[in-house]
Amino acid sequence: MTQLVELKDVHFAHGDRPLYNGLSLTVPKGKVIAVMGPSGIGKTTLLKLIGGQLKPNKGSIKVAGEEVPKLNRDKLYELRKRMSMLFQSGALFTDMSVFDNVAFPLREHTELSEDIIRSVVLMKLEAVGLRGARDLMPSELSGGMARRAALARAIALDPDIIMYDEPFAGQDPISMGVIVKLIKSLNQSLGLTSIVVSHDVKEVLSIADYAYVIADKKVVGEGTPDELRNNDTDIIKQFLQGNADGPVAFHYSNDDFTTDLLGGEK
Amino acid sequence: MSQFFENVGRRVLDSVAGIGFALAMFVSAIIGKPQPRKSWPLFIKQMYVVGVLSMVIIIVSGLFIGMVLGLQGYTILVDYGAEQSLGPMVALSLLRELGPVVTGLLFAGRAGSALTAEIGLMKATEQLSSLEMMAVDPLRRVIAPRFWAGLISMPLLALMFSAVGIYGGYLVGSGWLGVDEGAFWSVMQSAVDWQDDLLNGVIKSIVFAFVVTWIALYKGYRAVPTSAGISAATTSTVVTASLAVLGLDFILTAIMFGG
Repeated sequence: MTQLVELKDVHFAHGDRPLYNGLSLTVPKGKVIAVMGPSGIGKTTLLKLIGGQLKPNKGSIKVAGEEVPKLNRDKLYELRKRMSMLFQSGALFTDMSVFDNVAFPLREHTELSEDIIRSVVLMKLEAVGLRGARDLMPSELSGGMARRAALARAIALDPDIIMYDEPFAGQDPISMGVIVKLIKSLNQSLGLTSIVVSHDVKEVLSIADYAYVIADKKVVGEGTPDELRNNDTDIIKQFLQGNADGPVAFHYSNDDFTTDLLGGEK
Repeated sequence: MSQFFENVGRRVLDSVAGIGFALAMFVSAIIGKPQPRKSWPLFIKQMYVVGVLSMVIIIVSGLFIGMVLGLQGYTILVDYGAEQSLGPMVALSLLRELGPVVTGLLFAGRAGSALTAEIGLMKATEQLSSLEMMAVDPLRRVIAPRFWAGLISMPLLALMFSAVGIYGGYLVGSGWLGVDEGAFWSVMQSAVDWQDDLLNGVIKSIVFAFVVTWIALYKGYRAVPTSAGISAATTSTVVTASLAVLGLDFILTAIMFGG
């Protein structure tokens, strides 16, 4: 099976704070890949690395056979036309209506006539169930609708890869269900490859073909959802079951509480 | 002590890096294949937002400053029997100094702060990132039209300011205080030189436009994407841009009128 995205031994640090030490993962074509992990371990950063917005300190990141950090601006932009990203906030352009937001990538990158653009936009909006909301402004949408509108925009150019940044965060159960269903069905009907970064274990495992768990600056576990559920490693168990304490400590720092209270460490 | 030097050194390095980044940003925003079909509507929209919407404050301020000039100038000049010179006094103060400088300051407050806040917020809501991921360069799409709009609209606003101010001076001086109308205009016409006064004033306003717009865009683009960060960036735009206008005004005046 061809690997569409391949990360090998990636090292990356935000300033002085190392985020990844030797992270490796692969994304096969046509699959839904889940990347899970506790908050604050840089899952969004991972997507930005794949999209070429950030450069790793060391290691290789290949998308469709091209070494992303080494691409020049034009080649990178060319590659980005084939991938899209659904941001956590949706990142809709607030000064445009939903219709214009979805039409934006088409108007930027294609020479299609307005008639055809209209048909394409309506098709994409229909796919996410927002055809009726085309004239609304982003500020008039609910959180779930905004994310669906952003999803319509993300698939407007029929990308090969779509990266979802926490698509379920802050959604009510209904819109969560809608988005879960959409990710799966878009993946199948459009032949997309999806990378879903999330910490909503139940939802993301229900649609993923293969999943990675990141903690401690690298991949600590991987496998199909079933394999992960049966995984015995402490950290995976803690993460999947949501235990408060474990290998990922509940306390941010682990010095002794009593000495701290008594002013031991000044 | 070594701590002190370390801090000074770091500040110097940071500001040099900042200037370098601003330059790089400038180059990549401005240079590149022009795409008139896409850029023109964006530019027109920004001309409206940055320029047309600033007209009210510029015209009202210009009128009042001109009226005050007329009033103050008259009371001083009349003691020497020189109230005939009110016209050139008002016109020269406005064209050479007050027009470009006050417009620059008002523009920094009215349009500069808005530009910084808008771009900062676009950054905070990931709109800039999302443009990049859609293979659209935010420098070309967001920064460039705003830059050109600022660069072109501010000198025009400065001219409007001066024109309205001169009219305000005329209203007070001639209409109210009784300076002879013919003398007001004809003495002004003979005293104001096309190149020395008008052109130099326009050059000043172009320089200020460049500096104010660029500072505003740079601060927005580099803003820390939080509410506190955007607020700090907006403040910093107004402070830095105002100081830059005043400082540059002295330098330009020294070059243009000093010798």
